[in-house]
Amino acid sequence: MSNNGHLSGSFYFNGDIACAEGAISAGCRFFAGYPITPATEIAERMSERLPEIGGVYIQMEDELASMAAILGAAWGGKKSMTSTSGPGFSLMMENLGLGYMTETPCVVVNVQRAGPSTGLPTLVAQADMMQARWGAHGCYSAIALCPSSPQEMYDYTIKAFNLSEKYRVPVLLMADEAVGHMSEKVTITPPEKLKLVTRRKPTVSPDKFNPYQPDADLVPPMANAGEGYGFHVTGLTHDERGYPVMTPQAQEKLVRRLVDKIDKNRDDIIEVEEWDTDDAEVVVVSYGISARIVRYAVELARKEGIKAGMLKLITVWPFAESTIKRLAPRLKSFIVVEINAGQIVLEVERCAAGQTKTVLLPGMGGAVHHPDVILEAIRKAAK
Amino acid sequence: MTIEIANTKVIDQYIRQDRMPHIWCPGCGIGTVLHALIRSLVKGGYDMDKVAMVSGIGCTARAAGYVKMDSFHTTHGRALPFATGLKLANPDLKVILFSGDGDLVSIGGNHFIHAARRNMDITVICVNNFNYGMTGGQMGPTTPTGARTSTSRSGNYEPSFSIPALAAASGAVYVARWTCLHLRQLENSISEALTRKGFSLVEAISPCPTVYGRLNKQPTGLDQMKYYQTASSVENGADPMKVGIELNGKITCGKFVDIERPSYLEMAGFDKETR
Ligand SMILES: Cc1ncc(C[n+]2csc(CCOP(=O)(O)OP(=O)(O)O)c2C)c(N)n1
Ligand code: SF4
Ligand SMILES: [Mg+2]
Repeated sequence: MSNNGHLSGSFYFNGDIACAEGAISAGCRFFAGYPITPATEIAERMSERLPEIGGVYIQMEDELASMAAILGAAWGGKKSMTSTSGPGFSLMMENLGLGYMTETPCVVVNVQRAGPSTGLPTLVAQADMMQARWGAHGCYSAIALCPSSPQEMYDYTIKAFNLSEKYRVPVLLMADEAVGHMSEKVTITPPEKLKLVTRRKPTVSPDKFNPYQPDADLVPPMANAGEGYGFHVTGLTHDERGYPVMTPQAQEKLVRRLVDKIDKNRDDIIEVEEWDTDDAEVVVVSYGISARIVRYAVELARKEGIKAGMLKLITVWPFAESTIKRLAPRLKSFIVVEINAGQIVLEVERCAAGQTKTVLLPGMGGAVHHPDVILEAIRKAAK
Repeated sequence: MTIEIANTKVIDQYIRQDRMPHIWCPGCGIGTVLHALIRSLVKGGYDMDKVAMVSGIGCTARAAGYVKMDSFHTTHGRALPFATGLKLANPDLKVILFSGDGDLVSIGGNHFIHAARRNMDITVICVNNFNYGMTGGQMGPTTPTGARTSTSRSGNYEPSFSIPALAAASGAVYVARWTCLHLRQLENSISEALTRKGFSLVEAISPCPTVYGRLNKQPTGLDQMKYYQTASSVENGADPMKVGIELNGKITCGKFVDIERPSYLEMAGFDKETR
């Protein structure tokens, strides 16, 4: 180990460990969490690694506390993270909302398992995708990333931190049990090659500082507690000074900006991967672990001479509307593969707007799709 | 360092004047407690740039919006874990939690016992008005048995929590209780609490005439203060397990706990390393 605790080289890591290392590479120095399968290994790794590099690990009494603690730590000036799975994710929703409202940068990892309720604690699902978008009450826009491999757990944890710092928003890393628990080669980015983003600081003196006065990109610069700015932060609807204002006008102005700062910057935020979509008649849309199986099925279809392609959503939220809109008119069908009863398919259908068919291959959780099932659906759709 | 506070101008500097008038009712005790806290901070010569106030939700919690310092008005019950994150991220900050009774030991009860158990380096000022003021005076865990509230019209039949007992049993190193009548003592206790390493708690029994007093034959702040005057006694060192408050019963005031044990920062080695 060298470079301030930054590992170097390649390792055989599971996705959870890779996520923890991604956080450390990204500069995360505060972690609060509560054990839950299949995310526990992230907390365990952070408890070991953070103290040796001058960071803070604290095991909280529950996930409500974990989420609140990472918000507090973010305002104390640290890059902060928590990790959990379904039941804990549900408990985090209220304070996640506080994070959206107060524009607090932080990263929340959900290694999804099958629910509802305790469900299948050790088995895979992708059924919290809508909760990731709408789980906290009220209006807001969210950012959620879906990794498909331990390497992507590492890479997209770094990306999650960068987006959270840039847009001052909690960013969700929506992993799944399969990706969290599979072990593969993970290459650590050398520190000098890392591109890290840190929250923009105020450029005016404390007496002129309005903590919620946005810059042109709709994101306000952020002061940390203890730096002399004497600011107020509240979950109530507030004006540029951060003061509560209980009017529809203040609500319109603030919440409109919270939505717009993500939606109007979507081109900068959204990342997708396309394979063989140029001449495709059928495009399979997927994310997370499912995307890897889809990739295999699409290759099999190509070998049979079927014009199949694939769209992998790395950023699931905000949704890649323009990509779907571009592809839809020239397709016979989209196929959506996800381990839930149909969540992201609704977005695909909405954006396809009747210009092509949308077929769902659902899964109730506990197992990934068999490639043959996907291949068969591609064959059918291509006819 | 001692600073004489001759008039309220000194205090005014630490209040956001552009947020006045405040929302508190006439006769409410919250302002009195906030005043005592600010006097303690001024007298203690604290660098206000390094003081942060965290609160949850409630009438009491609105105080965070009125003080001129880094201040956080968070979610109902979760102020302590938020404050925990803030303190650990920047241990140079003096972190003060200003909380209502419901915020602290009802919805936030689990966080309260665990922050005390960890001996987290936070000073908690709790305004106990025996009910949920902000939502219109419902019963809660501090409501004395028999008290009438908007959700216990014919008298609360649940037993109540004693906050000093809960704090002491959970591991707080400093526990004191005063009423809004005991201004000087309250201020002195807050001053002491602020200097202790670890988890310190000062409870201030406070009038809520509008929604609590009205239903319990004490319809004005003055009525409630008169009750405190006749019913309170000072017993420093009293057993915190024996200072529960019954309806219209005795209010034992004083400093109940003042011990030393390693604080969270010390146990976690914050003093040894640069973090
Ligand atoms: C999760 C949640 N539940 C309920 C409420 C409604 N609520 C707001 S303040 C409050 C009670 C406050 O009581 P207390 O902490 O004693 O403060 P007081 O108003 O008496 O000062 C409640 C129940 C809320 N804001 N959030
Ligand atoms: S309702 Fe009670 S606690 Fe709230 S401001 Fe009025 S008197 Fe104070
Ligand atoms: Mg109360």
